[in-house]
Amino acid sequence: MALDRTLVGRSYPPSAVYEVGRAKLAEFATAIGSDDPVHRDPEAARAAGYPDVIAPPTFAIAVTLEAAMVVLDDPDVGIDYSRVVHGEQRFTHHRPIRAGDRLVATTTIDAARSVAGNDLLTARVDLTTEDGEAVCTSLSMLVARGDS
Amino acid sequence: MIGAADVAVDTELPERVFRVTRADLVRYAGASGDFNPIHWNERVATGVGLPGVIAHGMFTMALAGRAVTDWTGNPGALLEYQVRFGRPVVVPDDDSGAEVIVRGRVAALLEEDRVRVDLTVTAGGEKVLSLARAVVRLT
Repeated sequence: MALDRTLVGRSYPPSAVYEVGRAKLAEFATAIGSDDPVHRDPEAARAAGYPDVIAPPTFAIAVTLEAAMVVLDDPDVGIDYSRVVHGEQRFTHHRPIRAGDRLVATTTIDAARSVAGNDLLTARVDLTTEDGEAVCTSLSMLVARGDS
Repeated sequence: MIGAADVAVDTELPERVFRVTRADLVRYAGASGDFNPIHWNERVATGVGLPGVIAHGMFTMALAGRAVTDWTGNPGALLEYQVRFGRPVVVPDDDSGAEVIVRGRVAALLEEDRVRVDLTVTAGGEKVLSLARAVVRLT
């Protein structure tokens, strides 16, 4: 089924608050093999000019990809989750995510097109603090492979 | 730390070689919350037509990002980062795993002490990420 181009621009209600914890950031840093102390030692983070430990740059995906799933749950989009692969990813960091942040994710369909039987859908997720400070913008291009 | 005065167009980043094992994928699954079984279960991976268990694309993206942030010395200075997931990194069920090689070069000098770094990321001699580029601030 070809994607309905009028879906572009559709926005979904903001997510529940995601509270960023120090232990989660340290766990993520360890998982990607980074031993940089700015991810786990608040003193080192402060010495580097940050109020608290900061996230590795791709940590944002742990918050944004789940938020983007709201698009696949939209019956108007009609994409079968089991056929979806991650095609492209882009982050724009307005400032590093840090421990103590209370983040809200707002998802918008940024692009939708069908190419050679595959549906390509780009979900934009804007991460802000609860108070509305812009933190990160994520663009995830999801590819739903055609049946053939 | 690398400063803006230390680089020019075509300055090369140190080449990095990352070894990726099944245990690394399990650890990343837990840390990221992405428990798709194609990243840890051979039966499911081959059942959907993959050659075997593959690394999370986001894990490969994270490793390539480390080649940049370890070079600048400041993970908080990576302002923009994008990749296209080209080919999967197949991770065999053994102790040595797969090898992901990351090369990078400064492609452009931008305003305000920022530079664009273009990355070449390969595994098994094949490019696994394409259009991989980052914008970092150097102080």
